[in-house]
Amino acid sequence: MTLTEGFRHYVVRGAALRPQPGSVLWHVRGDWLAMASLTVIILIIVVAIFGPWIAPYPEQGVGLAIVEQKLQPPGWHFVLGTDSLGRDILSRIIFGARTALIGGIAIVAIGAAVGTLLGATAGYFGGWVDEAIMRVTDVFLAFPSLLLAMTVAVVLQPSLGNAIIAISLTWWPWYARLARGQAVSIRERKYVKAARGIGVSHATVIRRHVLPNILTPILVQAMMDIGAAILTVSALSFVGLGVPQPTADWGAMISEGRMYVQTGHWWVPTFPGLALFITIMASNLLGDAVQAAANPRTRRTVP
Amino acid sequence: MADATLLAVRNLRVEYASSRSLFGKPTKPVRILDGFNLDLRTGETLAVVGESGCGKTTLANCIARFIPAAGGEVVFEGLDVLPLTGLALKAYRRNMQMVFQNPVSSLNPRLRVSAIVSEPLETHTSLDSSARQARALELLAETGLEASFIDRYPHELSGGQAQRVALARALALNPRLLLLDEPTSALDVSVQAQILNLLQRLQADHRLTYMVISHSLGLVQHISDRIAVLYLGELVELGPRGSVFATPAHPYTRALFAATPVPDPRRRRNYVALEGAVPSAANPPPGCRFQTRCPHAMERCRIENPALRRVSADHVAACHLLGDTHIDDKEIKP
Repeated sequence: MTLTEGFRHYVVRGAALRPQPGSVLWHVRGDWLAMASLTVIILIIVVAIFGPWIAPYPEQGVGLAIVEQKLQPPGWHFVLGTDSLGRDILSRIIFGARTALIGGIAIVAIGAAVGTLLGATAGYFGGWVDEAIMRVTDVFLAFPSLLLAMTVAVVLQPSLGNAIIAISLTWWPWYARLARGQAVSIRERKYVKAARGIGVSHATVIRRHVLPNILTPILVQAMMDIGAAILTVSALSFVGLGVPQPTADWGAMISEGRMYVQTGHWWVPTFPGLALFITIMASNLLGDAVQAAANPRTRRTVP
Repeated sequence: MADATLLAVRNLRVEYASSRSLFGKPTKPVRILDGFNLDLRTGETLAVVGESGCGKTTLANCIARFIPAAGGEVVFEGLDVLPLTGLALKAYRRNMQMVFQNPVSSLNPRLRVSAIVSEPLETHTSLDSSARQARALELLAETGLEASFIDRYPHELSGGQAQRVALARALALNPRLLLLDEPTSALDVSVQAQILNLLQRLQADHRLTYMVISHSLGLVQHISDRIAVLYLGELVELGPRGSVFATPAHPYTRALFAATPVPDPRRRRNYVALEGAVPSAANPPPGCRFQTRCPHAMERCRIENPALRRVSADHVAACHLLGDTHIDDKEIKP
């Protein structure tokens, strides 16, 4: 029924890789677009993990420049061509998948953890605690998020870690709002009242009774957000505030390659752009499908 | 010791916060209970009955310290519990537990029965997890559930089973007082009787004192020692079960009994139909609160709110029809 149960069906009873009736994946299974997206995402994860073994020129993927072979068009040796420093673009894209996934997942994880904790606290207590936390949240939401992330990244020096911190800072308020809304409804449940009646402390009530019961919509939201987070990391890298050279990053590759379009070397920015496009598209489509399946009212009925 | 007072409610006043009108002027607070008095004797079952909105759940919520009181005292074993905070409040909670109307919704759907039943032990004792598990099994046995239930989730329980789990949780710390808010109204009729019998057995085994909130007179007749009838936040009648059922003294109590269907097709319905609706607690009528719906309302009822009068030894009611044998407020504290 819920997302976590869906995962449990897969992980614990993973031997039979068949979605259990009732799990989210079971409801998604008839949606070919969602299944295609899921396949693409699994493929990207596999590529990211096994990059050094898959990439045709791993040392170039890491950043070794061989200037003699610069700007070669796609062909037999270099399937997607080479960039201005003579590095194989396919290898760079494969290594860039790691950066993208680490960045995307870390941002969503940090943002969701911080936002959920703050939002659940605000919603559970209500009153002035709620006011205080949610007004701070509003202040963060009032800034244009990319601009705030860029400012923080400038202050912190460009690196993948700092890009993650900078973007997480603009990411948590959305989760705080979502978690607060859920917590406000859970607060009124009888089991919360019963726990208070036993004498359980507020902190334990939040940890044991509120958080586990608001997690499903937050996990769904987090899944949908990974694509957007990857895009934001790429945007920071594009303006030179994200992942520094020579680490491979799709956004930085597009940025470096864009001037070569005019000189006819179209493959330099195009392929990293396509990689970014496909990843985010797949992530969004899967997120939509999971959200629809998590809600019984929008669930498609599959015979 | 049998008649010793366990809990005394004195002059209790509960108000619901005034909402603000458009221009920020606070409106008059709604008084749900105003100068309410009631005693609970050790080991008894006191039933609190009345229509929806009469304040019976508010009374329980206030005794259980879920909502604040605006004034008065709730004295538990000689100690006013209303001002308690922190550890003192925690110690009081150990002695008093509430059981809720809908048992399934009072259990966290993400926790197993073992975690639910041992939560009070984890909160109040230093027992390790295996000792807590052992105690949880003991409690399940006591509430009539097999040991296999320990690993179940709430959605795998029926209503009756869930209520047994809720009772096991409430009993975990050996409380002296249980507040039962409509303990059977969410259950199937066949299960209701089982839960009532269980409640009676537990009471005998643990010398528990019950305050049962209910609108079901069938349940009240089955389980209670004394009955308190509430109308619009005031106690209108209080007495032993037998006496109240045999000779209800207040017109409201009589109407309440008459309105209860009797499962006997040969008996004709002859109830004193109550006219109109319950007046708003925000704007109670002057004089007797029941005068707007009372078939016997007199001139005096519209002016003077009747005090409690003695009907028999242990039975009191608040009605002008009972003559002027006024009794001192202190005397009626049974």
